[in-house]
Amino acid sequence: MADTTHDHAHGHDAHGHDHHDHKPGFVARWFFSTNHKDIGTLYLIFAVVGGVVGGILSEIMRAQLQFPNNHIVTDGQQWNTIITTHGLLMIFFSVMPALIGGFGNWFIPLMIGAPDMAFPRLNNISFWLLPPAFVLICIGLFMGESGSGWTLYPPLSNATYEHGMGMDCTLFALHLAGASSLLGAMNFITTIFNMRAPGMTMHKLPLFVWASLVTAWLLVLAVPVLAGAITMLICDRNFGTAFFDPQGGGDPVLFQHLFWFFGHPEVYIMILPGFGVISHVISTFSKKPVFGYLGMVYAMVGIGVVGFVVWAHHMYLSGMDVDTRAYFMGATMVIAVPTGVKIFSWIATMWGGSIEFKTPMLWAIGFLFVFTIGGVTGVVCANAGIDEVIHNTYYVIAHFHYVLSLGAVFSIFCGFYYWIGKMSGRQYPEFWGRVHFWLFFIGVNLTFFPQHFLGLAGMPRRYPDYPDAFAGWNYVSSVGSYISGVSMLVFMYVCFKTFTSKVPVADNYWGEGATTLEWTQSSPPAFHTYTELPRIL
Amino acid sequence: MKLLRRFYAALTITILAPLAMPGAHGAFAQAPKPWEVGMQPAANLIKQKIIDLHDLVFWIIALTTVFVAALLVVVMVRFNAKANPVPSRTSHHTGLEIAWTVIPVLLLVVMSIPSFRLIYYQDRTPNPDLTIKVVAHQWYWEYAYPDQGDFSIESRYVRDEDLKPGQLRLLDVDNQMVVPVGKNIRILTSSPEVIHSFFVPSLGVQRYAIPGRTIETWFSVDRPGVYYGQCNQICGADHSKMPIAVHAVSEQEFKTWTEQQKKSADAGAPAGAPPRLLAATDTTANQVQR
Ligand SMILES: [Cu+2]
Ligand SMILES: [Cu+2]
Repeated sequence: MADTTHDHAHGHDAHGHDHHDHKPGFVARWFFSTNHKDIGTLYLIFAVVGGVVGGILSEIMRAQLQFPNNHIVTDGQQWNTIITTHGLLMIFFSVMPALIGGFGNWFIPLMIGAPDMAFPRLNNISFWLLPPAFVLICIGLFMGESGSGWTLYPPLSNATYEHGMGMDCTLFALHLAGASSLLGAMNFITTIFNMRAPGMTMHKLPLFVWASLVTAWLLVLAVPVLAGAITMLICDRNFGTAFFDPQGGGDPVLFQHLFWFFGHPEVYIMILPGFGVISHVISTFSKKPVFGYLGMVYAMVGIGVVGFVVWAHHMYLSGMDVDTRAYFMGATMVIAVPTGVKIFSWIATMWGGSIEFKTPMLWAIGFLFVFTIGGVTGVVCANAGIDEVIHNTYYVIAHFHYVLSLGAVFSIFCGFYYWIGKMSGRQYPEFWGRVHFWLFFIGVNLTFFPQHFLGLAGMPRRYPDYPDAFAGWNYVSSVGSYISGVSMLVFMYVCFKTFTSKVPVADNYWGEGATTLEWTQSSPPAFHTYTELPRIL
Repeated sequence: MKLLRRFYAALTITILAPLAMPGAHGAFAQAPKPWEVGMQPAANLIKQKIIDLHDLVFWIIALTTVFVAALLVVVMVRFNAKANPVPSRTSHHTGLEIAWTVIPVLLLVVMSIPSFRLIYYQDRTPNPDLTIKVVAHQWYWEYAYPDQGDFSIESRYVRDEDLKPGQLRLLDVDNQMVVPVGKNIRILTSSPEVIHSFFVPSLGVQRYAIPGRTIETWFSVDRPGVYYGQCNQICGADHSKMPIAVHAVSEQEFKTWTEQQKKSADAGAPAGAPPRLLAATDTTANQVQR
């Protein structure tokens, strides 16, 4: 990436708003919003809604699996619809909107010294594509007609086995969500390339911005492939094509290739922005600059690049040639190296620091721990030989929940506690933040750690009922999920306390450790920031 | 209330199950165990190799995790604001950065040698003794024996109300897949409708059954007994109700069984109701012995 020495970011301050904080009326402000902060807020609210619905579904799932015998969701098709919707909601309607749309919109312009995103109206469309997508996915859920698993593999997802309109709604929801992230990603790339303040070279970009840039590229390259696959699936379902139907000369495995060409980068799309957040928080609370900045940047770029050539590690059992499997296994294991660089660089950032254990830092340290566990079990899953007996078992469930439900979600809460004072102008209650952290930490570990055991013993995923031998660990896992459920109530209380707090917060309430540009702005920042561009030395 | 009591009864049974093992009269059976924390034990060399590799990888990842956790503890103790009020400004150390790139690479190389060997060993058997075609349906398995007279049997789960004492819920089936002990068995999976996965953990074997293609793999079984598995790719409403039971018998018994099957197939037994297997299957073999 060459340094962009000359900047084109001057267009906006030429407008010369006389009264900078003139805010439009309610409808104009929230429904026709072109302000990156307001859109970021909308995304965050949306992510909470998506996360709550997805979370309720997971509590239903854990309640069902607490005991064998199929006692709550007695219909297999309904069960399959619930697990499908849980996965899709958490990915597309909670983690991505929070990290990319929410924090990305809020802080990329603030961190690079840009007055707003490059395409403010496009930004508005990006957000407003999501609510209809959410409605569609809920229709799929309530019609009980999208029981294919979030991976949507045909033939199970084609018209013969899922004939209802609910499946089409779910697929179309993904189209909308995909279009939303695509537009958002283009906006981010353009903003980061062209709207950096004078002196903000690529190698001075804060790590969260770098993380978002890599994420945006992954989205631009991966989402169209998903869109193509879904379009072909919709055509197979409704217009008599046979892309994935062997009876018409198609191939179900083709869908798997297309899906995972998107699906693997997707996991990095969910975790990379989290990496960025964690870097900022660790640096702030250790009161030290990030260790090995360039290594951190190029580790993320490396993860992004290699992430595109490992997709078939999800398909070791789909009848691929053994040499092909050997390649995908080798390529996948390589990813452990840049990931290790990141973990060790974070620890090195803390080394020699003067660490304050405020709530955001608790989440960051918690992240390092759970992400390490999720990362190393990924090495186990990468081994095609071992995958033969853990593929599609709860081991895989435990692995990716450690990376996402723990890793990515920890980074979301980390960012929330870190920035909520900046975004809202009110500080969270430290005590309740800690209670939230510890309850969640205990809850999710209790939920997902025993799932490794279930998987090793051979319990398949997506089962509404299971042989009695698996009952013990499932019971423990369910108890854990109730604890994390309670922690979400604590989080709601934290939000309530925060927003009803009357205590104003300073511009840079974290002090000397917080060095990025957003801390030079007031809390909350003015409606329009950087009407005069900052200069970075 | 009644429902709740049933759940607790089920839970107590599973907790107490290891204490109350069935008597020694039952044939060997390999099923998941309550509170199991590791892989099901190996019933052949493939699974043994998987377990060996997993042990190696497990120690590497466990030590890595412990190392990271230890570093975190050290950092929290030594470099908290009280213990170290003045932060350093160090942000580079070339030696360290090289070390934490190179050492993981070396670990991966160590790991990858047995990994690559394993997948080539697992892939297929050069000289199969017999072939069994595994055809997955919504929601039952069909096992065809092309070399033994081209008959096939259908295998369905045993409903809760039909369970006999000692039978395992969601694991036992009406007609088990019968195989000879010690032979290399080539498995060809396919499906006429949706994708399923043929998965028997203790035999270290799993392959998808995908419409439109036939996938080859293999296994062998070292000792007579019943080895349980389950469908492991979401296949619709009754995904959890199509277990797999592989019954390994001596070569002589296998021969008798195949001849019996062929005879009744020739006699035109009604589809869907194949004759019962060896008497032993129904009575003793399903006793779980651990
Ligand atoms: Cu992947
Ligand atoms: Cu199945």
